[in-house]
Amino acid sequence: MTAIQRILCRVSMASLLTLIPAGQQAMAGRLTVHEFILANGLKVLLVEEPKAPVITVQIWYKVGSRNEVMGRAGLSHMLEHMMFKGTPEYGKGAFSKIIEKNGGNDNAFTSQDYTAYFENLAADKLGLALEMEADRMKGLLLDEKEFKLEREVVKEERRLRVEDVPMAYLVEEMYAQAFMEHPYHWPIIGWFNDLNAMTREDLKAYYDKYYAPNNATLVIVGDIKPEIALPLIKKYFEGIPQGSPPPPPSIAELPQKGERRIVVKREAQLPFIYFGYKVPNFKSSDVHALAVLENILSTGKSARLYDALVYRKKLALQVGAGYNELAADPELFTFYATVRPGVKVTDVEKAVLAEIERLKKEPPTDRELQKAKNQVEARYLFEHDSVFRQAMLLGTAETTGAGWKYVADYVDKIRGVTKEDVHRVARQYLTEDSRTVGILVPLPAKPEGAHGAGGAR
Amino acid sequence: MIRAALLITVIVVGSFRSATSQAAEIKPIRVVTENGMTVLIVDQPSLPIVTVNVLMQAGAVYDSDAKAGLAYMVAGMLDEGTKTRSATEIAEQIEFIGGELSAQGGEDFTTATLRVLTKDRDLGFTLLADILMNPRFDAKEVARVRDELVGFLQGEKDEPGIVAGKAFNEIVFKGNPYHRPANGDEKTVTKLTRQELVEFHDKFYRPNRAIMAIVGDLRESEALDLVRKHFGKWAPKALLVPAFHAPEPLPKPTLKLIDKDLTQATIVLGHVGIDRRNPDFYAVAVMNYILGGGGFSSRLVNRIRDEQGLAYDVDSVFEASVMPGSFAVHLQTRNAAANQALAGVFQELKRIRSEPVSDQELTDAKAYLIGSFPLRLDTTAKLASLLNLVELHGLGLSYFDDYPKAIAAVTKADILRVAQKYLNPDLYALVVVAKLAEAKIDANVVSNAK
Repeated sequence: MTAIQRILCRVSMASLLTLIPAGQQAMAGRLTVHEFILANGLKVLLVEEPKAPVITVQIWYKVGSRNEVMGRAGLSHMLEHMMFKGTPEYGKGAFSKIIEKNGGNDNAFTSQDYTAYFENLAADKLGLALEMEADRMKGLLLDEKEFKLEREVVKEERRLRVEDVPMAYLVEEMYAQAFMEHPYHWPIIGWFNDLNAMTREDLKAYYDKYYAPNNATLVIVGDIKPEIALPLIKKYFEGIPQGSPPPPPSIAELPQKGERRIVVKREAQLPFIYFGYKVPNFKSSDVHALAVLENILSTGKSARLYDALVYRKKLALQVGAGYNELAADPELFTFYATVRPGVKVTDVEKAVLAEIERLKKEPPTDRELQKAKNQVEARYLFEHDSVFRQAMLLGTAETTGAGWKYVADYVDKIRGVTKEDVHRVARQYLTEDSRTVGILVPLPAKPEGAHGAGGAR
Repeated sequence: MIRAALLITVIVVGSFRSATSQAAEIKPIRVVTENGMTVLIVDQPSLPIVTVNVLMQAGAVYDSDAKAGLAYMVAGMLDEGTKTRSATEIAEQIEFIGGELSAQGGEDFTTATLRVLTKDRDLGFTLLADILMNPRFDAKEVARVRDELVGFLQGEKDEPGIVAGKAFNEIVFKGNPYHRPANGDEKTVTKLTRQELVEFHDKFYRPNRAIMAIVGDLRESEALDLVRKHFGKWAPKALLVPAFHAPEPLPKPTLKLIDKDLTQATIVLGHVGIDRRNPDFYAVAVMNYILGGGGFSSRLVNRIRDEQGLAYDVDSVFEASVMPGSFAVHLQTRNAAANQALAGVFQELKRIRSEPVSDQELTDAKAYLIGSFPLRLDTTAKLASLLNLVELHGLGLSYFDDYPKAIAAVTKADILRVAQKYLNPDLYALVVVAKLAEAKIDANVVSNAK
């Protein structure tokens, strides 16, 4: 993952790749998904993948910043951190310690739509991971002192990822403009004020509401047979009582009636532009055409944006597009570019828009369309090289509401996209009035020693 | 009420292919070709993909100070046009088949990687061989890429971790090639000429300086046929082994403060460490896991993050390279907490040098390092890249069996000994990038450590 992908990725963990949808493959390969639902509502997805003696165990809760309310931005992510701070059974820090001394790696990640926990470990340690995850589904210590300490850690995380990163700062502001009512308005990691206002009681209520088997999906991929895994899953999870159905999030959004534009001025080296269009998600039949459109514009050096802006016109250092189709609610189709030294950001914006306009004027070529399809198919197989990535795809699709079969059917659906579809969705969705533009305007560094009291900010 | 799990569906997509479990057995085939290229092959038929990783001993260590960034730029130019293909054609051909082809310059070596579907292996090898053997270094492309590199160098100044890391290496590796950033600096890169790129390529891109790992759905004999077909005409050249000064310990603790308008202080503290062939590597690995390399269980995480809430991330790393690399502790904390965090780091450095680790720590560390070893080999890309390092450092093909044994043999006495030998809380480089008026780094931190 490049630095820029990391900044643009709205998943709050450093080491994740941006999500790349994948799907069925007709070539010699294999994808068998075993699906089970326990009586308490826990859904289990299991894929046997024997190529290495390892497994990934991931539990996906259907709760993210989308479920938060105004004034408590960052609660989902804060709770993610507290999930490592002990249960009545296992004390503070025990979780990771136990997983690590069993040769495993564990971590978690929070997005707008989900919070997921994982352990990667030797296949014969499945029972341990299940036991530990089941334990923290049953109850947490949520110690007051630990919460206050961990809140400081999260604030450091915010400084590290947002406050001191000019591009990330802009991304946050752009989303806050693009979404007015909808919770996609605020950042996953939260604002300092909301973090400071958070209480232990907020966390407890949130945990009780959302951390129940009927609001979770357990995904296991690796060198394990279903007939061995299932009894273990039942042993540890069956006894956890079903919770009340969580309340639906407040997801209304005012229709956007015209372009919105924000500017961030701060000390930085190079201008940066980031803009997005309101587009549908997986629920729309246009989703696959939009995905092909993204590939044609943005995947690789032969894609239109790189070829025009970096290679031919020499306007940008980096340029690309991103379409988050596996979002629970319609999200943005985004474009970004880092401006080459000496180039005007307005010229970069014009050049990106020119490429968008070109696709609105005429369909892509046959070869471009075929290339995009080949890229999607190949990426599907590459993704399956990693059990972790496989599980992530299934977990994301399942948790956002697309369902894991969306993944299985993906390549077939992509194969059905026509040039005219791409042309049509470009005209339909990439419209000026649904656009929100963010521009980073660099200010020069203040002279050394000028940072004393009374300085900026 | 507890009931039996309800089996909803079992959906089979695609067809099963009988793939035997490859379990922990990693048995690479090693062949040195007629023209001197070392080839390592692991046949993994479970997915119809092939991953190739080429390690070229053509890294930034071969640059001169005045030409810093040369090796890095040569790597960046490989896919920007060959004698028979333009930059655009290379991109279009590999991307049309959904493949991935790239090159990246580093300190000791440059890495070129290829990933294609098995059915496209021949075209993949064709393009990989072409960019390694026949780059054109077209003047127009050279000028464009050079300007891009300068632009990226400028952008890096917004990344406190990179700024700190570069300043740290400059101090720690004085007189040694590692003191230069692999990607050079704006002054040196601006002056690089086409001729210099051509000469560097001619000297260092030779089969006898290449290690190639091929992992995936490809039989060994066919892999070798592809190598011979596409790389067979690549002419070897007498090995160039420049003499380098090994990095030397610092004569005194050295503090470098960099003022920037930031909310956090980015801190790097450390000194010269060990090379990969050092027999103490395994004891150092266990010791460092306990100190700060161990995910969420290390002493540094415990003290700095869990007990004081001072940092999101704190770790310690030994870069065991061809020559001794660095030992460094990294952390970021709000400006005002910098001194407090640093004090914690010094306490932990001193503690691990003065008293043996506990039995439990030793057992847990070994269990982690041994148990998690298969996780470092669980994709074709991870395995290919590790195979090349095993070969580069002469660790031998039995490495995959040897590693767990070597870790298991480490004792508490070993850990105390290597902590005393390879950690030095008196002679270190300390770099802080921060809003200095708030961080108020205590200059006595340096002298207090004595």
